Amino acid sequence: MSELRDLYQEVILDHYKRPRNFGPLEGADHKAEGHNPLCGDRVTIYLVIEGDVIRNISFQGAGCAISTASASLMTEMLKGKTLAEVEMLFGEFHAMLTGDPSQPADPVQGKLAVFSGVREFPARVKCATLSWHTLQAALKEQKEPISTE
Amino acid sequence: MKSLVTTSSSVSPALLPSADLDVARIREDFPILKQKVHGKPLVYLDNAATSQKPQAVIDSEVELYSKYFSNVHRGVHLLSQRSTDAYEKAREKVQNFLNARSSAEIIFTRGTTEGINLVAQTYGQQHVQPGDEILISEMEHHSNIVPWQMLCAQKGAILKVIPINDEGEILLDEYEKLLSERTRLVGIVHLSNALGTVNPVQQMIEMAHQRGIPVLVDGAQAVPHIPVDVQALDCDFYVFSGHKLFGPTGIGVLYGKKELLETMPPYQGGGDMILSVSFKKTEYNVLPFRFEAGTPNIAGAIALGAAIDYVQEIGLDKIATYEDKLLAYATEAMAEIPGVRLIGTARNKASVLSFLIEGVHPHDIGTILDREGIAIRAGHHCAQPVMERFGVPATARASFAFYNTLEEVDALIAGIRKVQEVFS
Repeated sequence: MSELRDLYQEVILDHYKRPRNFGPLEGADHKAEGHNPLCGDRVTIYLVIEGDVIRNISFQGAGCAISTASASLMTEMLKGKTLAEVEMLFGEFHAMLTGDPSQPADPVQGKLAVFSGVREFPARVKCATLSWHTLQAALKEQKEPISTE
Repeated sequence: MKSLVTTSSSVSPALLPSADLDVARIREDFPILKQKVHGKPLVYLDNAATSQKPQAVIDSEVELYSKYFSNVHRGVHLLSQRSTDAYEKAREKVQNFLNARSSAEIIFTRGTTEGINLVAQTYGQQHVQPGDEILISEMEHHSNIVPWQMLCAQKGAILKVIPINDEGEILLDEYEKLLSERTRLVGIVHLSNALGTVNPVQQMIEMAHQRGIPVLVDGAQAVPHIPVDVQALDCDFYVFSGHKLFGPTGIGVLYGKKELLETMPPYQGGGDMILSVSFKKTEYNVLPFRFEAGTPNIAGAIALGAAIDYVQEIGLDKIATYEDKLLAYATEAMAEIPGVRLIGTARNKASVLSFLIEGVHPHDIGTILDREGIAIRAGHHCAQPVMERFGVPATARASFAFYNTLEEVDALIAGIRKVQEVFS
Protein backbone atom coordinates (compact mmCIF):
# COMPACT_ATOMS: atom_id res chain seq x y z
CA MET A 1 0.00 0.00 0.00
CA SER A 2 2.85 2.40 0.79
CA GLU A 3 4.11 2.36 -2.81
CA LEU A 4 0.56 3.03 -3.99
CA ARG A 5 0.27 5.91 -1.53
CA ASP A 6 3.60 7.23 -2.85
CA LEU A 7 2.18 7.06 -6.38
CA TYR A 8 -1.28 8.40 -5.61
CA GLN A 9 -0.30 11.21 -3.27
CA GLU A 10 -2.94 13.63 -2.05
CA VAL A 11 -1.65 16.39 -4.31
CA ILE A 12 -1.94 14.13 -7.35
CA LEU A 13 -5.47 12.99 -6.49
CA ASP A 14 -6.44 16.61 -5.85
CA HIS A 15 -5.17 17.75 -9.25
CA TYR A 16 -6.84 14.74 -10.90
CA LYS A 17 -10.20 15.50 -9.37
CA ARG A 18 -9.93 19.30 -9.76
CA PRO A 19 -7.53 20.01 -12.61
CA ARG A 20 -6.16 23.56 -12.75
CA ASN A 21 -5.93 25.63 -15.94
CA PHE A 22 -8.28 23.21 -17.67
CA GLY A 23 -9.87 24.08 -21.01
CA PRO A 24 -8.93 25.90 -24.21
CA LEU A 25 -7.02 29.17 -23.81
CA GLU A 26 -8.31 32.25 -25.56
CA GLY A 27 -5.63 33.98 -27.60
CA ALA A 28 -3.30 30.97 -27.48
CA ASP A 29 -0.47 31.38 -29.98
CA HIS A 30 0.94 27.88 -29.57
CA LYS A 31 -0.93 24.60 -29.37
CA ALA A 32 -0.19 20.89 -29.71
CA GLU A 33 -1.94 17.58 -29.19
CA GLY A 34 -0.45 14.56 -27.45
CA HIS A 35 -1.63 10.99 -27.46
CA ASN A 36 -0.72 7.85 -25.56
CA PRO A 37 -2.10 5.08 -27.78
CA LEU A 38 -1.42 2.50 -25.09
CA CYS A 39 -4.14 3.77 -22.80
CA GLY A 40 -6.01 6.20 -25.02
CA ASP A 41 -4.94 9.29 -23.06
CA ARG A 42 -5.20 12.53 -25.01
CA VAL A 43 -4.06 15.99 -24.06
CA THR A 44 -3.98 19.37 -25.80
CA ILE A 45 -1.64 22.09 -24.51
CA TYR A 46 -2.40 25.77 -25.18
CA LEU A 47 0.22 28.50 -24.73
CA VAL A 48 0.61 32.25 -24.84
CA ILE A 49 4.28 33.10 -25.29
CA GLU A 50 5.79 36.57 -24.96
CA GLY A 51 9.42 36.74 -26.00
CA ASP A 52 10.87 33.73 -24.25
CA VAL A 53 8.40 33.70 -21.36
CA ILE A 54 5.26 31.57 -20.94
CA ARG A 55 2.61 34.17 -20.13
CA ASN A 56 -0.27 31.74 -19.99
CA ILE A 57 -0.82 28.01 -20.34
CA SER A 58 -3.73 25.59 -20.17
CA PHE A 59 -4.58 22.02 -21.06
CA GLN A 60 -7.54 19.94 -22.06
CA GLY A 61 -7.96 16.20 -22.36
CA ALA A 62 -8.97 12.91 -20.82
CA GLY A 63 -6.53 10.71 -19.04
CA CYS A 64 -5.56 8.78 -15.97
CA ALA A 65 -4.80 10.33 -12.59
CA ILE A 66 -1.07 10.51 -13.27
CA SER A 67 -1.32 12.15 -16.70
CA THR A 68 -4.08 14.57 -15.68
CA ALA A 69 -2.34 15.63 -12.47
CA SER A 70 0.97 15.98 -14.30
CA ALA A 71 -0.60 18.28 -16.89
CA SER A 72 -2.39 20.28 -14.22
CA LEU A 73 0.70 20.73 -12.06
CA MET A 74 2.80 21.56 -15.09
CA THR A 75 0.49 24.38 -16.14
CA GLU A 76 0.44 25.71 -12.60
CA MET A 77 4.19 25.65 -12.37
CA LEU A 78 5.20 27.05 -15.75
CA LYS A 79 3.32 30.34 -15.83
CA GLY A 80 5.90 33.11 -16.00
CA LYS A 81 8.82 30.77 -16.60
CA THR A 82 11.34 31.34 -19.39
CA LEU A 83 11.80 28.69 -22.05
CA ALA A 84 15.27 27.94 -20.68
CA GLU A 85 13.75 27.35 -17.24
CA VAL A 86 11.10 25.08 -18.78
CA GLU A 87 13.76 22.99 -20.41
CA MET A 88 15.69 22.68 -17.18
CA LEU A 89 12.58 21.69 -15.21
CA PHE A 90 11.65 19.01 -17.72
CA GLY A 91 15.21 17.68 -17.63
CA GLU A 92 15.06 17.36 -13.85
CA PHE A 93 11.57 15.88 -13.96
CA HIS A 94 12.52 13.31 -16.57
CA ALA A 95 15.68 12.35 -14.68
CA MET A 96 13.65 11.84 -11.51
CA LEU A 97 11.09 9.63 -13.25
CA THR A 98 13.54 7.41 -15.04
CA GLY A 99 16.19 7.19 -12.33
CA ASP A 100 17.12 4.00 -10.47
CA PRO A 101 14.34 3.46 -7.89
CA SER A 102 16.84 2.02 -5.41
CA GLN A 103 18.71 5.34 -5.29
CA PRO A 104 17.39 8.54 -3.72
CA ALA A 105 15.62 10.68 -6.32
CA ASP A 106 17.46 13.68 -7.72
CA PRO A 107 15.98 16.84 -6.25
CA VAL A 108 13.32 18.56 -8.37
CA GLN A 109 11.70 21.89 -7.87
CA GLY A 110 8.50 22.44 -5.94
CA LYS A 111 5.52 20.22 -6.35
CA LEU A 112 7.04 18.11 -9.13
CA ALA A 113 8.49 16.00 -6.31
CA VAL A 114 5.03 14.47 -5.77
CA PHE A 115 5.70 12.36 -8.88
CA SER A 116 8.76 10.68 -7.37
CA GLY A 117 6.62 7.58 -6.66
CA VAL A 118 6.18 7.03 -10.41
CA ARG A 119 9.75 5.65 -10.52
CA GLU A 120 8.43 2.48 -8.90
CA PHE A 121 5.92 2.05 -11.74
CA PRO A 122 7.85 2.04 -15.02
CA ALA A 123 4.67 1.44 -17.03
CA ARG A 124 3.36 4.80 -15.82
CA VAL A 125 6.32 7.04 -16.70
CA LYS A 126 4.72 7.84 -20.07
CA CYS A 127 1.58 9.01 -18.29
CA ALA A 128 3.59 11.53 -16.29
CA THR A 129 5.60 12.82 -19.27
CA LEU A 130 2.82 13.02 -21.90
CA SER A 131 1.91 16.63 -21.15
CA TRP A 132 5.56 17.70 -21.04
CA HIS A 133 6.31 16.11 -24.41
CA THR A 134 3.20 17.77 -25.79
CA LEU A 135 4.37 21.10 -24.39
CA GLN A 136 7.66 20.71 -26.23
CA ALA A 137 5.77 19.96 -29.43
CA ALA A 138 3.67 23.11 -28.90
CA LEU A 139 6.81 25.19 -28.41
CA LYS A 140 8.21 23.79 -31.64
CA GLU A 141 4.85 24.40 -33.33
CA GLN A 142 4.63 20.78 -34.39
CA LYS A 143 1.54 20.30 -36.52
CA GLU A 144 1.19 16.52 -36.20
CA PRO A 145 -0.07 15.18 -32.86
CA ILE A 146 2.79 13.67 -30.89
CA SER A 147 2.62 10.15 -29.55
CA THR A 148 4.29 8.45 -26.61
CA GLU A 149 4.89 5.37 -28.75
CA MET B 1 -1.23 -35.67 -18.06
CA LYS B 2 -3.11 -36.35 -14.86
CA SER B 3 -6.81 -36.99 -15.09
CA LEU B 4 -8.65 -33.69 -14.75
CA VAL B 5 -12.13 -34.97 -14.25
CA THR B 6 -13.08 -36.18 -10.81
CA THR B 7 -16.19 -37.39 -9.11
CA SER B 8 -18.06 -34.74 -7.17
CA SER B 9 -17.33 -36.42 -3.84
CA SER B 10 -13.63 -35.52 -3.97
CA VAL B 11 -14.22 -31.90 -4.92
CA SER B 12 -13.98 -28.98 -2.54
CA PRO B 13 -17.30 -27.17 -2.88
CA ALA B 14 -15.73 -23.91 -1.74
CA LEU B 15 -13.47 -23.90 -4.76
CA LEU B 16 -15.87 -25.06 -7.38
CA PRO B 17 -19.13 -23.66 -8.60
CA SER B 18 -19.28 -26.68 -10.88
CA ALA B 19 -18.60 -30.12 -9.50
CA ASP B 20 -17.16 -31.21 -12.81
CA LEU B 21 -13.78 -29.50 -12.86
CA ASP B 22 -11.04 -30.08 -10.34
CA VAL B 23 -9.61 -26.60 -10.69
CA ALA B 24 -7.07 -27.08 -7.90
CA ARG B 25 -5.55 -29.94 -9.85
CA ILE B 26 -5.79 -28.10 -13.16
CA ARG B 27 -3.84 -25.22 -11.64
CA GLU B 28 -1.02 -27.63 -10.82
CA ASP B 29 -0.54 -28.04 -14.58
CA PHE B 30 0.23 -24.31 -15.02
CA PRO B 31 3.63 -23.54 -13.46
CA ILE B 32 3.32 -19.78 -14.00
CA LEU B 33 0.25 -19.60 -11.76
CA LYS B 34 2.23 -20.69 -8.71
CA GLN B 35 4.17 -17.46 -8.35
CA LYS B 36 3.69 -14.32 -6.31
CA VAL B 37 3.49 -10.85 -7.81
CA HIS B 38 4.39 -7.87 -5.59
CA GLY B 39 4.32 -10.33 -2.68
CA LYS B 40 0.75 -11.47 -3.42
CA PRO B 41 -0.39 -14.70 -5.10
CA LEU B 42 -0.77 -14.08 -8.83
CA VAL B 43 -4.41 -13.72 -9.88
CA TYR B 44 -4.24 -13.91 -13.66
CA LEU B 45 -7.37 -12.35 -15.15
CA ASP B 46 -5.97 -11.21 -18.49
CA ASN B 47 -6.86 -14.33 -20.43
CA ALA B 48 -8.53 -12.42 -23.24
CA ALA B 49 -5.15 -10.84 -24.03
CA THR B 50 -3.38 -14.17 -23.84
CA SER B 51 -3.63 -17.37 -21.86
CA GLN B 52 -1.06 -19.22 -19.76
CA LYS B 53 0.46 -22.53 -20.82
CA PRO B 54 0.07 -25.95 -19.22
CA GLN B 55 3.19 -28.06 -18.63
CA ALA B 56 2.10 -30.41 -21.44
CA VAL B 57 2.42 -27.56 -23.97
CA ILE B 58 5.79 -26.46 -22.61
CA ASP B 59 7.02 -30.07 -22.63
CA SER B 60 5.92 -30.63 -26.21
CA GLU B 61 8.31 -27.93 -27.45
CA VAL B 62 11.13 -29.18 -25.24
CA GLU B 63 10.61 -32.71 -26.50
CA LEU B 64 10.61 -31.61 -30.13
CA TYR B 65 13.78 -29.55 -29.84
CA SER B 66 15.63 -32.07 -27.69
CA LYS B 67 14.61 -35.28 -29.48
CA TYR B 68 13.35 -35.09 -33.02
CA PHE B 69 13.44 -31.57 -34.52
CA SER B 70 14.11 -31.11 -38.21
CA ASN B 71 12.51 -29.33 -41.16
CA VAL B 72 9.22 -30.64 -42.47
CA HIS B 73 8.03 -31.88 -45.87
CA ARG B 74 11.53 -32.42 -47.28
CA GLY B 75 14.37 -34.59 -45.97
CA VAL B 76 14.24 -38.35 -46.33
CA HIS B 77 16.00 -38.74 -43.02
CA LEU B 78 14.33 -40.00 -39.86
CA LEU B 79 14.15 -36.72 -37.93
CA SER B 80 12.54 -34.90 -40.84
CA GLN B 81 10.01 -37.68 -41.12
CA ARG B 82 9.22 -37.53 -37.40
CA SER B 83 8.88 -33.72 -37.43
CA THR B 84 6.66 -33.88 -40.51
CA ASP B 85 4.47 -36.54 -38.90
CA ALA B 86 4.10 -34.48 -35.71
CA TYR B 87 3.36 -31.30 -37.68
CA GLU B 88 0.73 -33.02 -39.79
CA LYS B 89 -0.68 -34.77 -36.73
CA ALA B 90 -1.17 -31.31 -35.21
CA ARG B 91 -3.15 -30.31 -38.30
CA GLU B 92 -5.41 -33.33 -37.80
CA LYS B 93 -5.91 -32.33 -34.17
CA VAL B 94 -7.07 -28.89 -35.31
CA GLN B 95 -9.33 -30.50 -37.91
CA ASN B 96 -10.89 -32.66 -35.22
CA PHE B 97 -11.11 -29.70 -32.81
CA LEU B 98 -13.10 -27.61 -35.30
CA ASN B 99 -14.86 -30.63 -36.83
CA ALA B 100 -13.64 -29.71 -40.32
CA ARG B 101 -14.29 -32.18 -43.12
CA SER B 102 -10.67 -32.47 -44.15
CA SER B 103 -7.23 -31.58 -42.78
CA ALA B 104 -6.62 -29.89 -46.15
CA GLU B 105 -8.98 -27.17 -44.91
CA ILE B 106 -6.65 -26.30 -42.02
CA ILE B 107 -4.00 -23.68 -42.86
CA PHE B 108 -1.41 -22.83 -40.22
CA THR B 109 -0.85 -19.08 -39.89
CA ARG B 110 0.94 -16.78 -37.45
CA GLY B 111 -2.37 -16.03 -35.76
CA THR B 112 -5.87 -14.65 -36.21
CA THR B 113 -4.57 -11.42 -37.72
CA GLU B 114 -2.63 -13.22 -40.44
CA GLY B 115 -5.60 -15.47 -41.16
CA ILE B 116 -7.85 -12.48 -41.82
CA ASN B 117 -5.21 -10.70 -43.89
CA LEU B 118 -4.76 -13.89 -45.91
CA VAL B 119 -8.47 -14.07 -46.76
CA ALA B 120 -8.64 -10.33 -47.52
CA GLN B 121 -5.63 -10.45 -49.84
CA THR B 122 -6.56 -13.67 -51.67
CA TYR B 123 -10.31 -14.21 -51.70
CA GLY B 124 -10.90 -10.48 -51.26
CA GLN B 125 -8.52 -9.45 -54.04
CA GLN B 126 -10.15 -11.96 -56.33
CA HIS B 127 -13.81 -11.14 -55.69
CA VAL B 128 -14.11 -7.51 -54.60
CA GLN B 129 -14.70 -4.84 -57.26
CA PRO B 130 -15.09 -1.05 -57.01
CA GLY B 131 -18.36 -0.18 -55.29
CA ASP B 132 -18.65 -3.60 -53.63
CA GLU B 133 -19.18 -3.84 -49.89
CA ILE B 134 -17.56 -5.70 -46.99
CA LEU B 135 -19.77 -5.99 -43.92
CA ILE B 136 -18.35 -6.16 -40.40
CA SER B 137 -19.76 -5.29 -36.97
CA GLU B 138 -19.24 -2.39 -34.61
CA MET B 139 -17.68 -4.70 -32.01
CA GLU B 140 -14.81 -6.01 -34.13
CA HIS B 141 -11.22 -6.18 -32.94
CA HIS B 142 -8.88 -4.00 -35.02
CA SER B 143 -7.63 -7.18 -36.70
CA ASN B 144 -11.06 -7.71 -38.26
CA ILE B 145 -11.34 -4.04 -39.32
CA VAL B 146 -8.01 -2.92 -40.72
CA PRO B 147 -7.40 -5.76 -43.25
CA TRP B 148 -10.81 -4.99 -44.77
CA GLN B 149 -10.13 -1.24 -44.78
CA MET B 150 -6.89 -1.94 -46.63
CA LEU B 151 -8.69 -4.13 -49.15
CA CYS B 152 -11.44 -1.52 -49.62
CA ALA B 153 -8.79 1.17 -50.22
CA GLN B 154 -7.08 -1.04 -52.82
CA LYS B 155 -10.31 -1.89 -54.59
CA GLY B 156 -12.43 1.22 -54.17
CA ALA B 157 -14.87 -0.87 -52.14
CA ILE B 158 -16.93 0.22 -49.12
CA LEU B 159 -16.69 -1.00 -45.53
CA LYS B 160 -20.14 -1.22 -43.93
CA VAL B 161 -20.69 -1.62 -40.19
CA ILE B 162 -23.47 -3.50 -38.38
CA PRO B 163 -24.51 -1.42 -35.34
CA ILE B 164 -24.87 -2.81 -31.81
CA ASN B 165 -27.25 -1.90 -28.98
CA ASP B 166 -26.41 -0.51 -25.52
CA GLU B 167 -25.99 -4.02 -24.15
CA GLY B 168 -23.40 -4.78 -26.79
CA GLU B 169 -25.52 -7.04 -29.00
CA ILE B 170 -25.70 -7.09 -32.79
CA LEU B 171 -28.85 -5.46 -34.16
CA LEU B 172 -30.01 -8.29 -36.38
CA ASP B 173 -32.67 -6.15 -38.12
CA GLU B 174 -29.98 -3.69 -39.14
CA TYR B 175 -27.75 -6.56 -40.22
CA GLU B 176 -30.52 -7.88 -42.47
CA LYS B 177 -30.89 -4.44 -44.09
CA LEU B 178 -27.14 -4.10 -44.62
CA LEU B 179 -26.85 -7.40 -46.51
CA SER B 180 -27.02 -6.13 -50.08
CA GLU B 181 -26.36 -7.21 -53.63
CA ARG B 182 -22.99 -5.50 -53.33
CA THR B 183 -21.94 -7.35 -50.15
CA ARG B 184 -19.04 -9.62 -51.04
CA LEU B 185 -18.17 -10.90 -47.57
CA VAL B 186 -19.31 -10.68 -43.94
CA GLY B 187 -16.64 -10.64 -41.19
CA ILE B 188 -17.99 -11.19 -37.70
CA VAL B 189 -16.45 -11.85 -34.30
CA HIS B 190 -17.71 -14.98 -32.54
CA LEU B 191 -16.99 -13.75 -28.99
CA SER B 192 -16.15 -10.08 -28.47
CA ASN B 193 -12.86 -9.54 -26.63
CA ALA B 194 -13.95 -6.12 -25.38
CA LEU B 195 -17.55 -6.88 -24.38
CA GLY B 196 -17.79 -10.62 -23.90
CA THR B 197 -20.79 -10.83 -26.25
CA VAL B 198 -21.31 -14.21 -27.92
CA ASN B 199 -22.79 -13.41 -31.30
CA PRO B 200 -25.50 -15.50 -32.98
CA VAL B 201 -23.05 -16.44 -35.72
CA GLN B 202 -24.98 -19.47 -36.94
CA GLN B 203 -28.06 -17.35 -37.61
CA MET B 204 -25.96 -14.58 -39.17
CA ILE B 205 -24.21 -17.05 -41.46
CA GLU B 206 -27.56 -18.46 -42.55
CA MET B 207 -28.86 -14.96 -43.32
CA ALA B 208 -25.76 -14.19 -45.40
CA HIS B 209 -25.87 -17.53 -47.20
CA GLN B 210 -29.47 -16.91 -48.25
CA ARG B 211 -28.00 -14.14 -50.37
CA GLY B 212 -24.98 -16.17 -51.42
CA ILE B 213 -22.56 -14.13 -49.30
CA PRO B 214 -19.64 -15.95 -47.62
CA VAL B 215 -18.85 -15.34 -43.94
CA LEU B 216 -15.55 -15.20 -42.06
CA VAL B 217 -15.80 -15.76 -38.31
CA ASP B 218 -13.11 -14.34 -36.01
CA GLY B 219 -12.86 -17.03 -33.35
CA ALA B 220 -9.78 -15.76 -31.49
CA GLN B 221 -11.71 -15.24 -28.28
CA ALA B 222 -14.25 -18.01 -28.77
CA VAL B 223 -12.19 -21.20 -29.15
CA PRO B 224 -10.82 -21.26 -25.58
CA HIS B 225 -14.31 -20.90 -24.12
CA ILE B 226 -17.02 -22.46 -26.31
CA PRO B 227 -17.13 -25.59 -28.48
CA VAL B 228 -16.88 -24.75 -32.19
CA ASP B 229 -18.14 -26.93 -35.05
CA VAL B 230 -17.42 -25.31 -38.41
CA GLN B 231 -19.69 -27.72 -40.26
CA ALA B 232 -22.64 -26.99 -37.98
CA LEU B 233 -21.95 -23.26 -38.25
CA ASP B 234 -21.47 -23.64 -42.02
CA CYS B 235 -19.02 -20.69 -41.90
CA ASP B 236 -16.83 -20.24 -44.95
CA PHE B 237 -13.74 -19.16 -43.01
CA TYR B 238 -12.92 -19.48 -39.30
CA VAL B 239 -9.75 -18.02 -37.80
CA PHE B 240 -8.12 -18.25 -34.39
CA SER B 241 -4.79 -17.89 -32.54
CA GLY B 242 -2.92 -20.57 -30.62
CA HIS B 243 -1.82 -18.32 -27.77
CA LYS B 244 -5.35 -17.65 -26.52
CA LEU B 245 -5.99 -21.40 -26.53
CA PHE B 246 -3.18 -22.16 -24.03
CA GLY B 247 -0.75 -22.76 -26.90
CA PRO B 248 2.27 -20.71 -27.98
CA THR B 249 2.38 -17.33 -29.70
CA GLY B 250 3.13 -17.10 -33.41
CA ILE B 251 0.84 -19.94 -34.45
CA GLY B 252 -2.76 -19.71 -35.57
CA VAL B 253 -5.27 -21.35 -37.83
CA LEU B 254 -7.31 -20.44 -40.86
CA TYR B 255 -10.09 -22.88 -41.61
CA GLY B 256 -11.59 -22.44 -45.05
CA LYS B 257 -14.07 -24.51 -47.01
CA LYS B 258 -12.11 -26.60 -49.46
CA GLU B 259 -14.12 -25.46 -52.46
CA LEU B 260 -13.25 -21.83 -51.64
CA LEU B 261 -9.59 -22.42 -50.76
CA GLU B 262 -9.10 -24.34 -54.00
CA THR B 263 -10.11 -21.37 -56.12
CA MET B 264 -8.09 -18.78 -54.16
CA PRO B 265 -4.72 -17.50 -55.38
CA PRO B 266 -1.68 -18.02 -53.11
CA TYR B 267 -1.03 -15.48 -50.35
CA GLN B 268 2.76 -15.51 -50.18
CA GLY B 269 5.22 -17.09 -52.58
CA GLY B 270 8.15 -19.23 -51.51
CA GLY B 271 9.17 -22.70 -50.50
CA ASP B 272 6.68 -25.38 -49.50
CA MET B 273 3.83 -23.72 -51.40
CA ILE B 274 5.06 -24.95 -54.80
CA LEU B 275 5.14 -28.22 -56.69
CA SER B 276 7.74 -27.11 -59.21
CA VAL B 277 9.53 -23.89 -60.03
CA SER B 278 11.18 -22.74 -63.22
CA PHE B 279 11.85 -19.21 -64.41
CA LYS B 280 9.08 -19.63 -66.95
CA LYS B 281 6.36 -21.08 -64.77
CA THR B 282 5.73 -22.15 -61.21
CA GLU B 283 3.18 -24.77 -60.31
CA TYR B 284 1.57 -24.24 -56.94
CA ASN B 285 1.20 -26.94 -54.34
CA VAL B 286 -2.08 -28.55 -53.28
CA LEU B 287 -4.06 -27.59 -50.18
CA PRO B 288 -3.19 -26.80 -47.46
CA PHE B 289 0.48 -26.29 -48.37
CA ARG B 290 -0.35 -23.73 -51.08
CA PHE B 291 -1.02 -21.22 -48.28
CA GLU B 292 1.99 -22.09 -46.11
CA ALA B 293 4.98 -20.51 -47.86
CA GLY B 294 8.35 -20.93 -46.17
CA THR B 295 9.41 -23.13 -43.27
CA PRO B 296 6.38 -23.03 -40.99
CA ASN B 297 6.22 -22.59 -37.22
CA ILE B 298 6.80 -26.30 -36.66
CA ALA B 299 7.18 -26.12 -32.87
CA GLY B 300 4.21 -23.76 -32.61
CA ALA B 301 1.93 -26.10 -34.53
CA ILE B 302 3.00 -29.15 -32.52
CA ALA B 303 2.55 -27.29 -29.23
CA LEU B 304 -0.85 -26.03 -30.38
CA GLY B 305 -1.75 -29.68 -30.95
CA ALA B 306 -0.69 -30.38 -27.35
CA ALA B 307 -2.85 -27.48 -26.14
CA ILE B 308 -5.85 -28.86 -28.03
CA ASP B 309 -5.27 -32.29 -26.48
CA TYR B 310 -5.18 -30.66 -23.06
CA VAL B 311 -8.37 -28.66 -23.55
CA GLN B 312 -10.19 -31.63 -25.08
CA GLU B 313 -9.23 -33.86 -22.20
CA ILE B 314 -10.96 -31.45 -19.84
CA GLY B 315 -13.81 -30.95 -22.32
CA LEU B 316 -14.98 -27.66 -23.75
CA ASP B 317 -18.56 -28.27 -22.61
CA LYS B 318 -17.36 -28.58 -19.04
CA ILE B 319 -15.10 -25.54 -19.47
CA ALA B 320 -17.99 -23.46 -20.82
CA THR B 321 -20.29 -24.51 -17.96
CA TYR B 322 -17.65 -23.75 -15.33
CA GLU B 323 -16.72 -20.38 -16.82
CA ASP B 324 -20.35 -19.35 -17.12
CA LYS B 325 -20.73 -19.84 -13.38
CA LEU B 326 -17.51 -17.94 -12.74
CA LEU B 327 -18.70 -15.06 -14.92
CA ALA B 328 -22.16 -15.01 -13.33
CA TYR B 329 -20.61 -14.94 -9.86
CA ALA B 330 -18.27 -12.08 -10.81
CA THR B 331 -21.02 -10.13 -12.60
CA GLU B 332 -23.28 -10.35 -9.56
CA ALA B 333 -20.52 -9.31 -7.16
CA MET B 334 -19.58 -6.34 -9.38
CA ALA B 335 -23.19 -5.20 -9.60
CA GLU B 336 -23.24 -4.86 -5.81
CA ILE B 337 -20.37 -2.36 -5.72
CA PRO B 338 -21.61 1.25 -5.94
CA GLY B 339 -19.85 3.24 -8.64
CA VAL B 340 -18.99 0.23 -10.80
CA ARG B 341 -20.46 0.07 -14.29
CA LEU B 342 -20.27 -2.89 -16.63
CA ILE B 343 -19.64 -2.31 -20.33
CA GLY B 344 -21.15 -5.19 -22.27
CA THR B 345 -24.26 -6.72 -20.71
CA ALA B 346 -25.44 -8.97 -23.53
CA ARG B 347 -27.75 -11.85 -22.64
CA ASN B 348 -25.30 -14.30 -24.17
CA LYS B 349 -21.82 -13.60 -22.79
CA ALA B 350 -18.68 -15.54 -21.99
CA SER B 351 -15.48 -15.04 -20.00
CA VAL B 352 -15.09 -11.26 -20.31
CA LEU B 353 -16.00 -8.56 -17.79
CA SER B 354 -15.33 -5.01 -18.98
CA PHE B 355 -15.96 -2.39 -16.34
CA LEU B 356 -15.51 1.19 -15.21
CA ILE B 357 -15.16 2.63 -11.73
CA GLU B 358 -16.65 6.08 -11.33
CA GLY B 359 -13.97 8.74 -10.95
CA VAL B 360 -11.06 6.38 -11.66
CA HIS B 361 -9.34 5.95 -15.01
CA PRO B 362 -8.94 2.27 -16.07
CA HIS B 363 -5.17 2.70 -16.22
CA ASP B 364 -5.13 3.58 -12.52
CA ILE B 365 -7.38 0.60 -11.77
CA GLY B 366 -4.86 -1.62 -13.57
CA THR B 367 -1.91 -0.26 -11.58
CA ILE B 368 -3.59 -0.62 -8.20
CA LEU B 369 -4.87 -4.14 -8.93
CA ASP B 370 -1.40 -5.12 -10.14
CA ARG B 371 -0.03 -4.25 -6.70
CA GLU B 372 -2.59 -6.70 -5.30
CA GLY B 373 -1.18 -9.39 -7.59
CA ILE B 374 -4.17 -9.14 -9.93
CA ALA B 375 -3.42 -8.94 -13.67
CA ILE B 376 -6.15 -7.31 -15.73
CA ARG B 377 -6.12 -5.29 -18.93
CA ALA B 378 -6.80 -1.56 -19.01
CA GLY B 379 -7.22 0.20 -22.32
CA HIS B 380 -9.19 0.07 -25.53
CA HIS B 381 -8.58 -3.68 -26.07
CA CYS B 382 -7.72 -3.07 -29.73
CA ALA B 383 -11.37 -2.23 -30.28
CA GLN B 384 -11.44 1.56 -30.36
CA PRO B 385 -14.77 1.74 -32.27
CA VAL B 386 -16.38 -0.21 -29.41
CA MET B 387 -15.02 2.32 -26.90
CA GLU B 388 -16.38 5.12 -29.07
CA ARG B 389 -19.78 3.39 -29.23
CA PHE B 390 -19.97 3.43 -25.43
CA GLY B 391 -18.45 6.91 -25.15
CA VAL B 392 -15.46 5.85 -23.05
CA PRO B 393 -11.74 6.15 -23.84
CA ALA B 394 -10.96 2.82 -22.22
CA THR B 395 -12.25 0.15 -19.87
CA ALA B 396 -10.77 -2.17 -17.29
CA ARG B 397 -11.24 -5.79 -18.27
CA ALA B 398 -11.09 -8.97 -16.23
CA SER B 399 -11.20 -12.09 -18.38
CA PHE B 400 -11.43 -15.64 -17.14
CA ALA B 401 -10.13 -19.07 -18.03
CA PHE B 402 -10.96 -22.48 -16.56
CA TYR B 403 -8.00 -22.23 -14.16
CA ASN B 404 -9.51 -19.22 -12.40
CA THR B 405 -11.39 -19.69 -9.14
CA LEU B 406 -14.17 -18.06 -7.14
CA GLU B 407 -11.51 -17.01 -4.63
CA GLU B 408 -9.77 -15.11 -7.40
CA VAL B 409 -13.02 -13.34 -8.23
CA ASP B 410 -13.26 -12.44 -4.53
CA ALA B 411 -9.70 -11.05 -4.72
CA LEU B 412 -10.73 -8.96 -7.72
CA ILE B 413 -13.74 -7.57 -5.86
CA ALA B 414 -11.57 -6.75 -2.84
CA GLY B 415 -9.08 -5.12 -5.21
CA ILE B 416 -11.79 -2.94 -6.74
CA ARG B 417 -12.78 -1.80 -3.26
CA LYS B 418 -9.14 -0.93 -2.63
CA VAL B 419 -9.06 1.14 -5.81
CA GLN B 420 -12.08 3.05 -4.56
CA GLU B 421 -10.37 3.51 -1.18
CA VAL B 422 -7.20 4.96 -2.77
CA PHE B 423 -9.29 7.39 -4.82
CA SER B 424 -11.79 8.25 -2.08
